[in-house]
Amino acid sequence: MIEMGAKHMMSNSLRIAWKDLMELFRNRMGLVLLILMPLFMMAMVGFIFPSSNSSLSNVPIALANEDTGFGGYSLSSTFITALDGINDATGMMTITNASNLDDIREMIQTGNAESGIIISSDFTSNIMNGQQGTITIVTDQSNPQMSSMIQTVLNQVFEQMGTALAQQNVAEQLGIDPSSALAVVKPYNVQVEGSIEGEFSYFDFIAPGIMAMTVMMSVMTGLPAAISQEREVGTLDGMMVAPINRLAVILGKTLAQMARGILQGVLILVLAITVFGVTVHGSILLVFALLLLGVFSFVGLGVVLTSFAKDQETAVMMMTTIMFSMMFLSGVFFPIQQMPWFMQGISKFLPLTYVADSLRKVMVLGADIPAISPELSILIVFGLVMTAIAVPVFKRAMTR
Amino acid sequence: MKNESMIEVKNLTKKFGNFTAVDNISFDVKKSEVFGLLGPNGAGKTTTIRMLSTLSRPTDGTATIGGYDIVKKDNKVRQLIGLVSEKMIMYDRLTAEENLRFFGKLYSLPKNTLNERIDDLLELVQLTKWKNQKVGTFSTGMKQRMNVVRALLNMPKVLFLDEPTLGLDPQSTVEIREFIKKINKENETTIILTTHMMNEADILCDRIGIIDHGKIAALDTSTNLKKLISGDDAIVLKLEIPNLTKKLVTKIQSLDCVKAVSQENAAHLKIHATGDEAFDTIIDTVRAEKAKLNSVENLQPTLEDVFLQITGRDMRDKADQKIQMPNHGRFRTQRRIR
Repeated sequence: MIEMGAKHMMSNSLRIAWKDLMELFRNRMGLVLLILMPLFMMAMVGFIFPSSNSSLSNVPIALANEDTGFGGYSLSSTFITALDGINDATGMMTITNASNLDDIREMIQTGNAESGIIISSDFTSNIMNGQQGTITIVTDQSNPQMSSMIQTVLNQVFEQMGTALAQQNVAEQLGIDPSSALAVVKPYNVQVEGSIEGEFSYFDFIAPGIMAMTVMMSVMTGLPAAISQEREVGTLDGMMVAPINRLAVILGKTLAQMARGILQGVLILVLAITVFGVTVHGSILLVFALLLLGVFSFVGLGVVLTSFAKDQETAVMMMTTIMFSMMFLSGVFFPIQQMPWFMQGISKFLPLTYVADSLRKVMVLGADIPAISPELSILIVFGLVMTAIAVPVFKRAMTR
Repeated sequence: MKNESMIEVKNLTKKFGNFTAVDNISFDVKKSEVFGLLGPNGAGKTTTIRMLSTLSRPTDGTATIGGYDIVKKDNKVRQLIGLVSEKMIMYDRLTAEENLRFFGKLYSLPKNTLNERIDDLLELVQLTKWKNQKVGTFSTGMKQRMNVVRALLNMPKVLFLDEPTLGLDPQSTVEIREFIKKINKENETTIILTTHMMNEADILCDRIGIIDHGKIAALDTSTNLKKLISGDDAIVLKLEIPNLTKKLVTKIQSLDCVKAVSQENAAHLKIHATGDEAFDTIIDTVRAEKAKLNSVENLQPTLEDVFLQITGRDMRDKADQKIQMPNHGRFRTQRRIR
């Protein structure tokens, strides 16, 4: 009897899912948006957020050389030649000459420069007298992100130039070869290497998160909207008045929304690989298994909210609120470690955190099942608990 | 077995928070009977239908359909019933045939049986040539015919019709009513229908329950209900008074012999009265107020008059306005009040 019931329930769910998908595919506008959404998402997030510091190009910089020289020498001109040399190679800056600090301020105000460099008047004399020559970087406080980036880049450049100068001086004074001189000036050789070979961009970080988010969003917003829409139109009664298990309705709807979400997930993955050069290092199968597990962990919450929402409008609003906070608290766009402690605490209770995290591990680091088992078990427990809450709540709500 | 009860309702009650939508109603419906629930908007008709069709759980009381309890044996009940809700139960983006197939399959009918039935039903309502058209493109009349045959897929023993002719043009209304009669005759289907149209109840129903404020105020055949007000000395008068004033209406209402007054428009009054002297008293009152009397009609009582007599108010006043329902807490239902 129970087996028969389960079989009936499955076939009825599939029927309902199929019906939903048929409706979906006959809605052309909806279908177009379904495809465009992940594309926009990926493009916007990928292009807007900075991928790394080296991405500066043609940033307008004002340069004021106030150096008065010493005894006919001018070390600042050597400095500027070296700076031009580096800039020509990287194309980071467009250097415009300015006369002094006020001039630079005006240029920043009018938007003709993002930042300024001042070589102090005693630059040459200080260096010749065995002191440090001062270089000042003038920043634009109205654009903190940009100024901190420029600051970092310029610091690196000046550091590099200083090292080269010191290396040359040491080699001359001690009469040793340049590589030994470098070891004297800069005894530590710091190297950076990823745990996986190859180039990585912000896309590699963001793609798994966006995938997880889109699939969740599809199910979470789609499910309550679909059910409350049918309730409003009246078609839900048509199913409820038939001798089928109430759960077949929610299961069927979930399957349909899941298919929709996975379709979008695949689109994102294809886009990420073909357009944005993301490489998947782990198993693609595991990626999809994780997405499905993610849906399972979410769907209970969606069902509970569906049961509480009295109409479609409320349902969608509830979902948007939850999804929006989840988006930012789950480390999809920004690392969780950047957040204040209480937000880090909240993010530990969001399943999306674990889906995004484990997806990232699989896609970027090539992790296998044992490596992500903590996340897996958390997701399974979360899903089971939510389902256990959702089933009775939904059954009750359907015959209120 | 004509007198066997198909539906037995005992003290059925539904509360939404503090609001009692259906208040302790009891009635029986016999096999192959057409039973009408007649009442204004918000009287509790739809809530009653929803409880009987297992869509809503009663707060109190019970009901059985074909001997099965609507709560304990809900799936057995669902096998027996068909529901024509006031909302169209069908998907606009699916074709007529796809819609019927989808709903039919939920009853686990064998494939061949279902196919035959879909063809027969479409033929029955003359929609065969539209069967591959999307329902979204149908006219309201066509949709309603679809809506009715959809409820017949499982060959129900009991058919619930909630305002089946609401919003239809006169021609479609007649078609649907004929169809309801036909189903009742040919399949011996027991039918419960709700309506706020007196003549619809009069035409279709064997027995009528007048429902108001969640209670059944009267229950009998149309003829017997009318007898309630057309006793030996009861009269229904229709007066045409071009210079009708509010004062006159109040004056007539205050007469002892007058049971109820309803003003149909600026110049017409409908008066229910009893007693031998009633006619004279009313005419004298009109004359005393110096009102011009164009015509006097002595009317046959209608169900409308019955309703007025029983509930003390005119139903048509309420027919067009939506009644605001109070909020019913978290699990409140979207109320459709028609």
